[in-house]
Amino acid sequence: MNPYKPFNVKIRDILTETEDKSLKTFTFEFASPEDEAAFDFTCGQFGMLSIPGVGEIPIGIASSPTEKPVVKFTVFKTGRVTTHLHNMKPGDFMGIRGPMGNGFPMGRMEKKNLLIIGGGFAFTTLRSLVEMILQPQNRDRFGTVDVIYGARTPGMLLYRDELEAWEKRSDINVHITVDGTDDPDWAYHTGFVPMVTESCAPKADGNTMAIVCGPPVMIKFTRPVLRDLGYGDEEILMSLENRMKCGIGMCGRCNIGQELVCGDGPVFTLAQLNRTPGEF
Amino acid sequence: MNMIRVTKQAVATALAKASKSYAIAGPVKAGAGHEFRCLGQGQVPDLEYTHTRLSPKSLLFPQAEPMFHFKLPETTGEPGDTPPAFLEAESFKEAPLAVVGLRPWDARALDLLKLNFDSPDYTDPFFIKRYNAMVRVGLADIHPDPENFSLAAGSGPFDEASVDILLADAGDAFIGKVITGKGRDFAGAAGFEPGSPDDAKAFAALKAAAEKEADILPACDRINDADTLDLYHADFWEAAAFSCINCGACTFACPTCWCFDIQDEVNQGKGVRLRLWDSCMTDLYSAHASGHNPREKGFQRFRNRFMHKLKYFPDKYGAGIMCVGCGRCITQCPGGIDIREVMAAMNAAAATVQQEVSP
Repeated sequence: MNPYKPFNVKIRDILTETEDKSLKTFTFEFASPEDEAAFDFTCGQFGMLSIPGVGEIPIGIASSPTEKPVVKFTVFKTGRVTTHLHNMKPGDFMGIRGPMGNGFPMGRMEKKNLLIIGGGFAFTTLRSLVEMILQPQNRDRFGTVDVIYGARTPGMLLYRDELEAWEKRSDINVHITVDGTDDPDWAYHTGFVPMVTESCAPKADGNTMAIVCGPPVMIKFTRPVLRDLGYGDEEILMSLENRMKCGIGMCGRCNIGQELVCGDGPVFTLAQLNRTPGEF
Repeated sequence: MNMIRVTKQAVATALAKASKSYAIAGPVKAGAGHEFRCLGQGQVPDLEYTHTRLSPKSLLFPQAEPMFHFKLPETTGEPGDTPPAFLEAESFKEAPLAVVGLRPWDARALDLLKLNFDSPDYTDPFFIKRYNAMVRVGLADIHPDPENFSLAAGSGPFDEASVDILLADAGDAFIGKVITGKGRDFAGAAGFEPGSPDDAKAFAALKAAAEKEADILPACDRINDADTLDLYHADFWEAAAFSCINCGACTFACPTCWCFDIQDEVNQGKGVRLRLWDSCMTDLYSAHASGHNPREKGFQRFRNRFMHKLKYFPDKYGAGIMCVGCGRCITQCPGGIDIREVMAAMNAAAATVQQEVSP
């Protein structure tokens, strides 16, 4: 088997997520049922979006395994491949390799209360996680679920319709915030994610895990808040990214010390990361 | 005894015989030095060579390797209704490749590469097919270069661990040992003569002399036990990297460096996805699309390379350091950086930290 050869996929749908059009969610379907079965993923894993003639990029899977047969990726337009992808149309074919990485440690998270903290477009794999948890067959496997999600402005929030639907449910506490807005009718929080965490997050009780995905500055200021709330480094999960080429642990570049983000990660506990040189 | 003997005049005939069942590769003159090449019919490796500029890793891990081909969908303006075809790369020659004349440490390097390309989770089909099909006819080094510290790096001028046959230059003939079944098959195909008990003695004497000559420095005994972060934060890195221009010569010359890039090439609707040697010395190697780079500064990349070879790799695999002591990086570095000095600095830093923590 050639692990560098992608599966054939077709773009079924493209949704522009943000007001500046820099983020789009691509829904893919597999060309063959064998490939669809082979792409057997869990929340927190990623895939290589592969455009022949252009290149490949590692992107976290934004859909839940419960949304199969389709798989979704939310992509920020920033480089050569993402720019090309943003110009593609529904019906176009391309490739996907994966799934890759360890994903969230479901075994450790089950029966626990979850504090899910996301910022900006790092929210994608968290969306996968929340969507999976909220399925009726899965909801009882977890305790309370608190989601804190922030973006720069209301128009930069991903998955607006879903956030509103989650807001209406009683089995999940959603705390949405924006850095700032001039909308007088804005009904949610205003302020940075660490501040909202400070005021809304449940205190650590030995049975809660915090899952944090966001830009470095958000992570930097959220860490002391979580520490003050009593979260230990083993109870804090973070999903990382580094430049990658192969995604299967061979090309070398995504290392943080001896850990590879592609294979040993992308999800690490803060305790694990404290033992590495932190090159991410 | 599994001793064999082949006179120098008979090498060409023996290899011609072997070439009926094996493809042959070996060191040949190229430019000012020698390089490993697959040999054509009648071409004989130059077994008088001292060293090659590049290592024989390219025989398993070519500098550019097609991983698969593809055809782009027709650009009709309509969405293509057929998926792009991802076609397997042409399979390379299946005939077992006999590498004649590779040094024992270069052979060990191939085994270290395997740790990366054949993991419990993924196997690289290109590497592993060639690895399994390769026969390694080693050539001991009776006069190691002054830059060679292979003995200290877990190999040595007469290391038998990673070769199928080990030959040594005994003047008018090569005498040697058959080490594996693969080696026995090759010796049979080449029609090597059996060696005598005297050959065995001569071989042992050559080995003793070469190992005596070999530089056994540097010590890196403390690096293993040292804490990764203590070594990483040691204060010598910037000074040690001062003359490094991040050119990457060390990474290309190195027999154990395996990093690669993946790039597409397209010509008239037909494309190929290539795997290409890459170097951790360049800033693009680890730069994110956002512009953020976890190893933005040259000395950080320098540190990552040596930490990888001397700390991360040994910790991860328990197979010793990711260096076989060939000395290529020492002779080819334009900045005069010597990995032995970096090892010594790391060892010294480890010692300092250990002293600080002990009462």
